[in-house]
Amino acid sequence: MYTILEKRLLAEGIYLMRIEAPRVARSAQPGQFVIVRVDEQGERIPLTIADYNAEEGWVTIVTQTLGVSTRKLCALNQGEALADFAGPLGRPSDFVKEPIEEVRKRRYLFVAGGVGTAPVYPQVKWLHERGVEVDVIIGAKTRSMLIYTDEMRKVASNLYIATDDGSEGFHGLVTNLMDELIEKQGKTYDLCVAIGPMIMMKFVCLTTKKHNLGTIVSLNALMVDGTGMCGACRVTVGGKTFFTCVDGPEFDGHQVDFDEAMRRQGMYKTQEQRAAAIYAERQAGHKCKVGLDK
Amino acid sequence: MANKIPRVPVREQDPLVRATNFEEVCHGYNLEEASLEATRCLDCKNPRCVGACPVNIHIPDFIRAIREGDLQKAADVIHQDSSLPSICGRVCPQESQCEGSCVLGIKGEPVAIGKLERFVGDWSLENPSEAPAIEKNGRKVAVVGSGPSGLACASDLAKGGYEVHVFEALHKLGGVLVYGIPEFRLPKSRIVEREIDAVRRLGVKFETDVIVGRTMTVDSLLDEEGYDAVFIGSGAGLPRFMGIPGENLNGVVSANEFLTRANLMRAFDEQYDTPIYVGKKVVVVGGGNVAMDAVRTAKRLGAESVIVYRRSEAELPARVEEVHHAKQEGIEFRMLTNPTEILGDEKGWVTAIRCVEMTLGEPDESGRRSPVVKEGSEFDMACDVVIMALGTSPNPLIASTTEGLETNRRGCLVADEVGTTTRAGVFAGGDAVTGAATVILAMGAGRRAAKAIDEYIRNK
Repeated sequence: MYTILEKRLLAEGIYLMRIEAPRVARSAQPGQFVIVRVDEQGERIPLTIADYNAEEGWVTIVTQTLGVSTRKLCALNQGEALADFAGPLGRPSDFVKEPIEEVRKRRYLFVAGGVGTAPVYPQVKWLHERGVEVDVIIGAKTRSMLIYTDEMRKVASNLYIATDDGSEGFHGLVTNLMDELIEKQGKTYDLCVAIGPMIMMKFVCLTTKKHNLGTIVSLNALMVDGTGMCGACRVTVGGKTFFTCVDGPEFDGHQVDFDEAMRRQGMYKTQEQRAAAIYAERQAGHKCKVGLDK
Repeated sequence: MANKIPRVPVREQDPLVRATNFEEVCHGYNLEEASLEATRCLDCKNPRCVGACPVNIHIPDFIRAIREGDLQKAADVIHQDSSLPSICGRVCPQESQCEGSCVLGIKGEPVAIGKLERFVGDWSLENPSEAPAIEKNGRKVAVVGSGPSGLACASDLAKGGYEVHVFEALHKLGGVLVYGIPEFRLPKSRIVEREIDAVRRLGVKFETDVIVGRTMTVDSLLDEEGYDAVFIGSGAGLPRFMGIPGENLNGVVSANEFLTRANLMRAFDEQYDTPIYVGKKVVVVGGGNVAMDAVRTAKRLGAESVIVYRRSEAELPARVEEVHHAKQEGIEFRMLTNPTEILGDEKGWVTAIRCVEMTLGEPDESGRRSPVVKEGSEFDMACDVVIMALGTSPNPLIASTTEGLETNRRGCLVADEVGTTTRAGVFAGGDAVTGAATVILAMGAGRRAAKAIDEYIRNK
């Protein structure tokens, strides 16, 4: 059983869950994800790993309540268990397999947006533990939506915060802050890693192209099995089709067709919205009289 | 003469009714019907059916046992050679195997061997014989994948005294029997789960959510977890696409995705959370069993459903019964038609499929006449969803994470007749070795590998 060892509210609608999953914890590496299923009727939900501990046998996931499935997941409490927790899936981040002395020569800039801040953490932590210099930008709409700032401060060489409304840190978008750091403050980086909403990653890539800074992105495509079986997660990178689940989830951001990727994310929007409306009605105690919720 | 009796017709759900539900199409024979059909067998001295069966089931012997009313004996005869009769009786391409070589078929209709096998298989699920007491030999074998080859291999090894652990990547056991073949052709809880329960009763342990190659590796199973050997029956799960423009539009899916949503995730049942989309009209590209499964599933979900296949009906690789059932259910067949592009609207959703008509030219290396484009025949067919059912190849995950395990140029694991791979202690069988094939071939390969594993461990 995949017991929830700890559940914590990080920001409005964003929960951290620490799950008992010894086999996954033993094999997990930065950049990988898991597939979670809440119960027998549940969807298979792909979630990027936010932290893991092989000795203690747990893996952390961070979820934002968006649709029915994530709401069902976040409604579970400490001590309860998930039906399934499969992984680690996908390829680990490139730096895991590169010679560490090569990695150490680089100066990294991580750009994290919203709930995407969680999967940035294990990468920065891994690099920090091996003496690699990493600057991190965390972006959010407003101060109350910032997550992982304390944890990140411990492992980042420099931590910068950007909020859309200026309630904390830099007033503006992460891309504005990137321009500020690179153009005005003269910071230089060798590689950028961006994880966050698809639209943010798209604009981070436009910004880094301008600065001629190579960029890795982690795509959160739709998936069913997560093992290369269905192809729901197809993405075009450099004019060729790849499966995000087995070829990714990390790709060269400058080669990714973001407009297609965003469009494909909306493939089941109508069904999801309908399901969400039915779920909300049910939660409110409404019983459909014309059988729409059958 | 017994053979003057016409083939006993099998009861089926009415086509118009079944095209709106997911219940099994074919009801199968009852005892009376099976006994009557069994009298049609000529009990040939040199039974051609046995040689035409990929696992050489002693067909006349089990049919004779039915005729004699000894169903336990019939079941025992089949079980000597097949571990999954209730499944193979439903999904084997009998017309090109046993029934295709039946002497009665020369002038009339062959004995309904598949339906009789199914009858005996179902009877034995209803009347399970007590599991024999097995003496454990203290050796451990890991089986990767819980599809037909894995189940057959695990079952034989367990009977031989081995401690067997089966690791399944998905959350449900059964592999392609569960994610691929639809409920209306192979009922899950009534048939597949009970076949798996029978294997479990032999002492086999199953663990889901374990992706070998990621959660654990073949090396860690051998070196750290103490298994004496590993059998890989991981199937052929990687879908192919055509590589034509428009394939990444919203509304283009692989048959694997479509069927996994419907079968494994039960998206047709509103109590389940996984969405599925069919729109008003679905075009399925391909002519195999998977294409038939996809098009009939789409029909049951309410869409007008069409098969587009580049050769003619005679070349359709699907089971004859499935093609027949699909037509009865109102599926449109566009033969000698090949897609060249998928068209979409300004928001990126499928609006039509562009096709060309084909004619059949000279036979190619497969012996089938190869389709040639008819000049100036291009046309567009409006649709909302395109499902690609073009075949699958093995998932490269295990080969790419296992030292010394070789694959051929089609991505299949290299293995000999009995499943010996290029890595000592590692055996393989089923679709992972052959590429997408049939349940019975996978089952047979699993059983041969079990024998080879036993020999390997004894000589170690």
